[in-house]
Amino acid sequence: MNFDYEISSKKGPFSLNLKELWKYHDLITLLVKRDYVAVYKQTVLGPVWFFVQPIITSIVFTVIFGNIAKLTPDGVPGFLFFLCGQTFWNYFSSCLTATSNTFVANASVFGKVYFPRLSVPISVVISNLLKFSIQFILLIVVWFYYFFIDKSYHLQPSFSILLVPFYLIIMALLGLSLGLIISSLTTKYRDLTFLVGFGVQLLMYGSSVVIPLSEVKNPTIHALIQYNPITPVLEAAKHSFGCGGSFNFYMLMYSFIVAIILLLFGIATFNKVEKTFMDTV
Amino acid sequence: MSDVVIKVENLGKQYRLGEIGSGTLAGDFKNWVKKISGKKDTFEIGENDRTQQAKKGDVVWAVKDVNFEVKQGEVIGIIGKNGAGKSTLLKMLSRVTAPSIGNIKVKGRIASLLEVGTGFHPDLTGRENIFLNGAILGMTKSEIRSKFDEIVEFSGVSRYIDTPVKRYSSGMYVRLAFAVAAHLEPEILIVDEVLAVGDVEFQRKCLGKMKDVSGQGRTVIFVSHNMGAVKSLCTTGIVMKNGTVDFAGNINDCVTQYLKINTSDNEGDVVISQKGIGTGEAKITRLQLLNNQGTASESVLYKSPIRMRFYIYSSIDIPQVNADVKLCDKDGSILFHALNLFSHEPLSLQKGENIFEVEIDNQLLPGSFLATVGIHNASTMLTIDYHENILSFEIIKAAEIAAESYPYEWVVAPAMVGSKWSKIASS
Repeated sequence: MNFDYEISSKKGPFSLNLKELWKYHDLITLLVKRDYVAVYKQTVLGPVWFFVQPIITSIVFTVIFGNIAKLTPDGVPGFLFFLCGQTFWNYFSSCLTATSNTFVANASVFGKVYFPRLSVPISVVISNLLKFSIQFILLIVVWFYYFFIDKSYHLQPSFSILLVPFYLIIMALLGLSLGLIISSLTTKYRDLTFLVGFGVQLLMYGSSVVIPLSEVKNPTIHALIQYNPITPVLEAAKHSFGCGGSFNFYMLMYSFIVAIILLLFGIATFNKVEKTFMDTV
Repeated sequence: MSDVVIKVENLGKQYRLGEIGSGTLAGDFKNWVKKISGKKDTFEIGENDRTQQAKKGDVVWAVKDVNFEVKQGEVIGIIGKNGAGKSTLLKMLSRVTAPSIGNIKVKGRIASLLEVGTGFHPDLTGRENIFLNGAILGMTKSEIRSKFDEIVEFSGVSRYIDTPVKRYSSGMYVRLAFAVAAHLEPEILIVDEVLAVGDVEFQRKCLGKMKDVSGQGRTVIFVSHNMGAVKSLCTTGIVMKNGTVDFAGNINDCVTQYLKINTSDNEGDVVISQKGIGTGEAKITRLQLLNNQGTASESVLYKSPIRMRFYIYSSIDIPQVNADVKLCDKDGSILFHALNLFSHEPLSLQKGENIFEVEIDNQLLPGSFLATVGIHNASTMLTIDYHENILSFEIIKAAEIAAESYPYEWVVAPAMVGSKWSKIASS
């Protein structure tokens, strides 16, 4: 007798069943579309809101950290420096926050019908990529302004700009895997939902979005920020656009390896929780 | 046709009672350390029979040792009392939750009609929701596209298809959702009537869809408390009791067995130990069916009044109560309702033992019957205690006066109504 599939209590911690996930690729595209369309239904500005948030935050940072605390590196426009950091950081943080409540937010759907649960976090990563692309266009526009029109700064982009997709992969993996771990734990410990918002905020200050790594003088804090796996990516991204930062290939590989390890760990916890979360959520 | 499409082997699902985990991260961490160091998890106190009073932290098997096979094209009914494990079984079949032990092998796509409207997003239009909901239910985009016109037509909301569903009336919403689910065309369909909320019209639609599906030679799993519907729709059945399969086989035998579980042989005198449905301030502890001599008996003479005695223990004084008896045929369909309100005879309960007696006009024809009894608080309108199909009895052909006995071999209906016949004209 050959059956199509077997439902049992046993499932390997790393089994992904990619074949099944692929069968549901239409669902993933529709979920992406839903995320994108539903958010800006009944708003006048629609997707323009995607620009507003990074612009406002960058202006605030420019005023506080650039003009008052004078933390921007020399020869780099403050606004561009913060916008660059923000754009990449936002991709990570929005992947993390959105995936971290996968189970709790979708409990009603998951409780009634089966589909590969992983399709939800994956769709989140993809729809955030769309959001990133829009914000990235903004970054490019601002960068072109400083490069071609306002020539008072001498921006020196580097060839590492070609590695931007790689930076994104690391950011996506880090956001996704941390999100998977947190979402799996929140089914049991709801406390984490409160911690996520606050933790992401804290992590931002600990990963050279606002304060350039070179400005951190305290050796302990410097090391902490340096070995934060997000920092090398942000530093490299800033370096690529010629807005300060530094490019260190080994540190970038370090981030990548950490991301892979976290991903394996995230998948394992997700698989474990996926089977029985309906009984605990 | 005899292909097995679902094979369930040693299936079990265990739940832990009380709080989940030890409640704190530290406590869970300690358990985890114990677990990996080879010692027993402190929570594994041992099994508990699900009928026993359970302590916090005990584990209970909601479903245990379940084995059965479903063949291609079979319409199988799953019946059992509330809490017998039917819904847990369905949840595992539809992969919502994983079993603790054992496995289910499945051939083909399983879909269930209780998923109506799952994943509908209020801000999206009807059109967008058809695609999203269809994809959640497992259809591909091209499948949905090819059935789109049919779905819209079936739902009858074509005028509003580009309006966000949050502006739909609830009826339109359900119709659209049902239309998507109905066009899913799964190989195996699960219909849980217990959970199918909605109006009568909607339930009728569900059953209609089910008939269509089974007519096309596909497999249907039907869960219901309505024995009449189960009998008319299903060919085979499974009776669940306390999480295990109590009986499996022909649907008629299943229904008989199910009703037997509820009543058990009682000889007209039932001592009720199990908990009934209701607030529980008072409990019906014993129920007797009395014959003409005033002794308990499970057979009632044809045309003799049905006399029942309720023994009720009440923990408080309740000044106004309603007591009722529902007489059902052997399939569980209600035939008659006897209530003290109908005859304007107020009843009350004093703290301690109380005895009520009721005499019901007997319009039943010979056959087997069941009685459902309940007591309700007349001022709050809440049910105090209620037992479904608790007492089985028989109406026998013999009457008190031999000449009035039921003379025929046939019985067409379970009961009769008084009627007057006269000839109006002849040529």
